[in-house]
Amino acid sequence: MTTALISVKDLAKDYKLGGHAVHALRGVSAEVMPGEFVAVMGPSGSGKSTFMNLVGCLDRPTAGSYSLAGEEIARLNGDQLAAFRNRRIGFVFQSFHLLPRATALTNVELPMVYGGVSRADRHAKALKALERVGLGDRHHHRPNQLSGGQQQRVAIARALVNDPSLILADEPTGALDSRTSLEIMTLFQELNRGGMTVVMVTHEPDVARFARRVLKFRDGKLIDDSGQSPADAAAMLKDLPVELEAA
Amino acid sequence: MSYLEAIRSALDALRANLLRSVLTMLGIIIGVASVVAMVAVGAGARARVMDQIKSLGSNLVIVISGSVTSGGVRMGSGSRLTLSEDDAVALEREIALVQLAIPTQRGTAQVVAGGLNWSTVVLGTTPSFLEAREWELSAGRNFLPEEATGAGKVALLGETVAINLFPDGGALGSEIRVKNVPLTVIGVLARKGQNMQGQDQDDTILIPLTTSKRRVLGSSQANARAVGAILIKIRDGEDMDLAQQQIKDLLRQRHRLQATQDDDFWMRNLSEVAATRDASSRTLAFLLAAVATVSLLVGGIGIMNIMLVSVTERTREIGLRLAVGARPRDIRAQFLIEATTLATIGGIAGVVLGGLGAHFAATLADWPTLIRPEAVIVAVSFSFAVGVFFGFYPAQRASQLDPIEALRTE
Repeated sequence: MTTALISVKDLAKDYKLGGHAVHALRGVSAEVMPGEFVAVMGPSGSGKSTFMNLVGCLDRPTAGSYSLAGEEIARLNGDQLAAFRNRRIGFVFQSFHLLPRATALTNVELPMVYGGVSRADRHAKALKALERVGLGDRHHHRPNQLSGGQQQRVAIARALVNDPSLILADEPTGALDSRTSLEIMTLFQELNRGGMTVVMVTHEPDVARFARRVLKFRDGKLIDDSGQSPADAAAMLKDLPVELEAA
Repeated sequence: MSYLEAIRSALDALRANLLRSVLTMLGIIIGVASVVAMVAVGAGARARVMDQIKSLGSNLVIVISGSVTSGGVRMGSGSRLTLSEDDAVALEREIALVQLAIPTQRGTAQVVAGGLNWSTVVLGTTPSFLEAREWELSAGRNFLPEEATGAGKVALLGETVAINLFPDGGALGSEIRVKNVPLTVIGVLARKGQNMQGQDQDDTILIPLTTSKRRVLGSSQANARAVGAILIKIRDGEDMDLAQQQIKDLLRQRHRLQATQDDDFWMRNLSEVAATRDASSRTLAFLLAAVATVSLLVGGIGIMNIMLVSVTERTREIGLRLAVGARPRDIRAQFLIEATTLATIGGIAGVVLGGLGAHFAATLADWPTLIRPEAVIVAVSFSFAVGVFFGFYPAQRASQLDPIEALRTE
């Protein structure tokens, strides 16, 4: 039996907002095995973003425990947490979060800068990661010279470059049109088939259907956890009518 | 991240907002430039004063025959020759602090050589004069003892005189006439330049005191031993004030002055004049330091202001960097390095600009300027320190951002 990659138990998070305690998460327990593709769904205020921040080690829980890859996160100090994010987690955001002045290559190199990888190694690994997302020939472009889909691919390359245990995607298609969304989902499914664990927060059922498992949140609680047979993004992309250029 | 890389990425960030970076640096640039330029001018002026002190000969005291009061009318210094060669002998013999005491007689005369003539200062003195003034000969020799005592018809020419009377050279061994007395040029003095009053010290000829008294300038009928002034060299490292007091006491005693009577001589310490100038340039230096502090302070506040703006603008970037594994201290280092890079480049630019300004002053206004390496080092390291000091708070703020909040910022 393989051990869980993500294991949360009675996870709770309270915020203080204007003197009132807001219970963003009220005791969530779940496990994610290596190689899963999980969609986290729920309306805004459901606690899915809080869950995501906790899983991403960007925040600490008020109560409960969380271990990632066998490591109890509560025991890590700030610097260890930063190192853990650096090695274990690849983030993909809705708004890409690329450095606007830097080239695609430099953007992809960024996590390795903080991981203490030598300059030559960084270069080679970043190029490889860009090739993996199909942008090997675009490495000298700046974000404003790339389309939205291409920018998100750069961000995915950046998430992959340190060989993380987990890709954590927060509304990765929120800023993209449907065709580009399909392309990105195709990429995620490919990565997942290659063994990469993907956890993706989304409020769109259209996007969640590509995952193999869906966690539904409401009012800070996990209300549904079910597997599904995912839609094939690559096949759907093929079936899309060819767009007229510059229509 | 290595320092080199950090500096490179700081330069990238500064280049992204080039105009803003340059404007921010301007405070530091102007501050450092003005200070470097003014210090260069100040140091140049000071160096000139020091040169002048050296050219006068250090540790010198000059005693000049003083004023006489005759029927209530005070006649001014040198109105009567109250000093004598015997005073000089006594000073040298009786005061241990005095190394040399040289009687001098001074006058102006028209000097003729061949078809040329030149009006200059004729100074009758002893061979020790050159040693006291630390004056070298560029050619020839000093007076011989027998020439000094026996009114030898010899002369040493100052450079200016030599050039004017012998424009084609060949002064040495030639004959000149001073007040119709033929004298042989036995030496030419090395160049001394101007003294602090702007007088050309090289516009002079030296002749033995005996020659001067008996043949050229003549002597007082009342006292053949009288002289206008005595040049006194105090031994190196001795207390000038003490020496002056002893000289004064001895002369008063020799001149039989009562306690109620004024001195019948004037005493001047040549380095006093220089010291006054030095003190005033010291005041200037303090003033400069004050100006520098204020301008660097203003420049530093400008840097802090811009860095705070930059942190706010780049909140998303900071959030992302934290998410991908930057530690707070990495973020702090990044912004601190940016601030110090900004300030240091400003400092270096200021030094260059200030150096150019000083050079301009030197060539246009003919001011002596001197850029000392330590001034450059101090200026640049001060700018660096300003960057660290004023960059710390914005950097600290950047490092304390919450990554979740920072990522959410639009």
